[in-house]
Formats: sequence, C-alpha cells, structure tokens
Amino acid sequence: MKHFFSGLFILALAIVITGTLYADDTDLRGTGDLGIIIERATGSLLIIDSTTRTTVNRVVGLGDLSHASAVFSRDARFAFIFGRDGGLTKVDLLTGTIAGRVLQAGNAIGGAISDDGTLVAVSNYKPGGVRVFDVETLAPVADIPAQWSGGQSKTVGLVDAPGRKFVFTLWDAGETWIADFSKGNQPQVTKFADIGDRPYDALITGDGRHYIAGLYGEDGLALIDLWAEPLQPRRILNGYGRGEEKLPVYKMPHLEGWALAGDRFVLPAVGRHEILWVDRKSFAEAGRTEVHGQPVFAVARPDGRHVWVNFAHPDNDTIQVIDSLTGKIIKQWKPGPAVLHMEFTARGHEVWVSVRDADVVQVYDARTFQKKAEIPAKSPSGIFLTSRAHKTGL
Amino acid sequence: MPNAYFKRILFLVLISMAQAWPAIAETTSPARANELERLVRQDCGSCHGMTLKGGLGPDIRATALDGADAEAIAQIILNGVPGTPMPPWRPLMSEDDARWIANYLLTVPDP
Repeated sequence: MKHFFSGLFILALAIVITGTLYADDTDLRGTGDLGIIIERATGSLLIIDSTTRTTVNRVVGLGDLSHASAVFSRDARFAFIFGRDGGLTKVDLLTGTIAGRVLQAGNAIGGAISDDGTLVAVSNYKPGGVRVFDVETLAPVADIPAQWSGGQSKTVGLVDAPGRKFVFTLWDAGETWIADFSKGNQPQVTKFADIGDRPYDALITGDGRHYIAGLYGEDGLALIDLWAEPLQPRRILNGYGRGEEKLPVYKMPHLEGWALAGDRFVLPAVGRHEILWVDRKSFAEAGRTEVHGQPVFAVARPDGRHVWVNFAHPDNDTIQVIDSLTGKIIKQWKPGPAVLHMEFTARGHEVWVSVRDADVVQVYDARTFQKKAEIPAKSPSGIFLTSRAHKTGL
Repeated sequence: MPNAYFKRILFLVLISMAQAWPAIAETTSPARANELERLVRQDCGSCHGMTLKGGLGPDIRATALDGADAEAIAQIILNGVPGTPMPPWRPLMSEDDARWIANYLLTVPDP
C-alpha cells in the first residue's frame, strides 16, 4: 500500500513537471500536410491544413510581405519567411508563433535553405548581395556583398544546390556566383561573368544539376551544368523572340521549380504571350504554346502531365491548363481578380490558388478542376506547402 | 421658355468651368481614383514594391521623386522607358489616369 501511494505521488509529480508532454493524443500532429499563405498587404500569414482545407492559425507582425516567399526546415516544423523589407522571420507552424526574426537588409527578394538544413540565405536588393544565417539562431554566418564595378549588385535567383552550396545571380552585373559552404562557414565563391543582360530570376532543376537564369535584356537563357568540369555557362533558346519587338511586361515571370513535363521542360517567355518547351537533354527549343497573356508562373503538376499557367496584369484573372503531351490548352477559366500563385500538393491531387483581389484562396481538384474549398485570406499571394522542405531548389 | 433659356445658360457655364479646371480635378472619378490607387500599390508594386520604396525597379516615393514635373512622370508612365523593364502603360490607361498617378506619387507622403 505504501508503495502504491508513493508510486501515485511520483506519477502525479511527473505529470506536473512534464506538463503537456503527456497531453492527449489528439493534441499531437504532424506537419507534412501543413502550409502557409502569405497575406501580402497586412504583413501576416495563414497556417493552413491541406488535408482538411482549413486555416489553423494566423501569424502577424512579419513586416512588408509584398513579394514574400518561404522555405522550410528539414523537419518541416519551421517556415523561414523572406519579406520585402529585408525581414527574415522564423515561424513555428505547430505553435503559430514567431520563433525568431531579424531585419537583415533594407530590401530583399527571396531566399533558400542549404541541403543539410543548417544555413538559410537571403537575396538582397538593398544593399545588394546575399547574407547567410544560422537556421537555429538566425545569427549571421556569412555576408557576400556581390560587388561589381557598379557597387553592390541586386541579386536574384538564389537557390540551394547539393553539397551545402548556394547559387545566385547578379541582376546589375549579369553574373552567376556559387557560394560553397562545404568546407565550413567561410564560403568559397566561384564567379561566372557575362552570363547575359539583366538576368531577372533563375531556378535549379529538381536533381540539383542544372541552373538556369532567365534574361530580361536578351532573348535567351543562361544554363550552367553543375556536373560539368570545368563549369561553363552556355546560352540556350538563343533568339527565341526572333528579334521581334517585345510586348510590354507588366510583371516579370517567375522561374520556380523547373517544370518537367514528360521529356520537356516548360518556361514562361518574356515579352511574348507564349510558354516555351525545352528538350530535357539537349536544352534546345522543343515547341511553344500561345497563351492568354504574359505568363508569370508555368507550374507542372508533379507527375508532369499538366501545366498550369497564370498571367501578368491585365490578364491576371485567368488560368490556363496545358496538356504536356500535345502542348494544347485543355482548360481555361477565370478564378477571379488577380490570380497570383498556384501550389500543388506533394503528389499533385489538389492545387491551391491565391486570388488576391477576391481575398480568397481556392482549392481545386487537379484532375477534375472542380473547386473543393475556398479559404478567406487577406490579399493572398504566395502559397507554400511543407513538402517543399524535401525538394532541392524550393 | 425663360426656364429653358436659363437651363441652356447654366449648361454653357458648367461646360466652360469644366474646361477651365485642371484635367485631374474633374475627369478622374472617385471610383476610378480608387482603382488607380490599387493599381499603383499592387501592380506598379510588382517591380517598385507595394510601399513603392523600390524592388527591381527604383524607389518612386515622393521624396525620391523630389518634386519632379508631374507631366514628365505621366509621360514616363504612358510611354515606358525604352531599354529598361519599365513598360508603356498607355494600352491600359488614359492620359488623365497617368496624370492622376503622377500627382498621387508626388503628393502621398512616404510610408
């Protein structure tokens, strides 16, 4: 009996000390189906559950989130949000709280997390260059000012590459740099000059092998095969505009997650109302599809069969879906005013679509195109699901 | 008859007043002004930032514009800046719209 009571006492003590550790099972959850929606005008974000298609939490106080993007920690618990105002915020998806925040520059454009999950890098406009931080503490690790003859260059197209590397491109200087952190936190930087006139964005293929920068000032793209020795940038799709005068570009396209659709990659053209198909081996042009306006995102469904395309102002109320086998548009509709972003679930069964000026995010069945849910959000822009945690370049 | 006569006079007076006023005062309705303000923040904001402090494009807040000529700004909006990513907005807006935006940029205090 005495033992029973002392046992009970120890149990009670254990419960008091450990508190929620022994919480009911229903309080525990994974993060694999969570995601965030940027609310660009209010400096807030929604944490969403993509299984129940509901909002779990709203996190406020993230600064200027126009053009904000995010990456995830390896355990998919933390999101790192890159704000326009240079704010880098670490958000805990489980508690819905800010776990850390630094104002690391005056004007920033995006970021990346290293393959080992230890470094988070931010691409800056003002001052230019790239700054790198410790994932745990957000303490500064390295500063790469991206100096060129004109001062510090604005940087774009910052991605992670295998082997604790970051690759980014200098808008003003027309250069691509590789910062290699494999030997420690002092990066070895390799520079490629003259990749082209005003590279506006870049991406890395899902296998981490090819880095491609889109050029605003020229008809073409710059490609670096990161497996080649020596490394040598080369021009692809040279002259795809056929020297014709560009149509006005009211919003720069985004190159995000090189959309592989069967044997072809798909890319938005600049200054042409077309998407471009590129042979996955030769990187030669393999066709083009005329679309509704200046494409912004051309996102392949994860299996590659369909490509969803949205458009720049004033055609940004429309989505077109293209069959990658035939290159033909198979579906077109108007979700609402200002369709800004489309995000597939990991295996591509559903798509989340932000419709900024309707203050709503719509969830579609990716095969039937049926709308399955609408989630209220304030001026929603980027949508980022945690499955990105496990993909190179996202 | 006198009633019709006065109506005609009133009409002519109103017309001449409308012509005398600066274009911005009477041709941009409050509803259009709201649309234009949204366009500036959201769509110009694609390159210049939602707070207009700059992005890929330059800072276009009042302080940065430093009292530039409104008409010159309106012409830049309408015609773009050749050789740069600044596109011509003429296909999407009237000259009065562009003047309204130029005045808006010059008068709204920096956030």
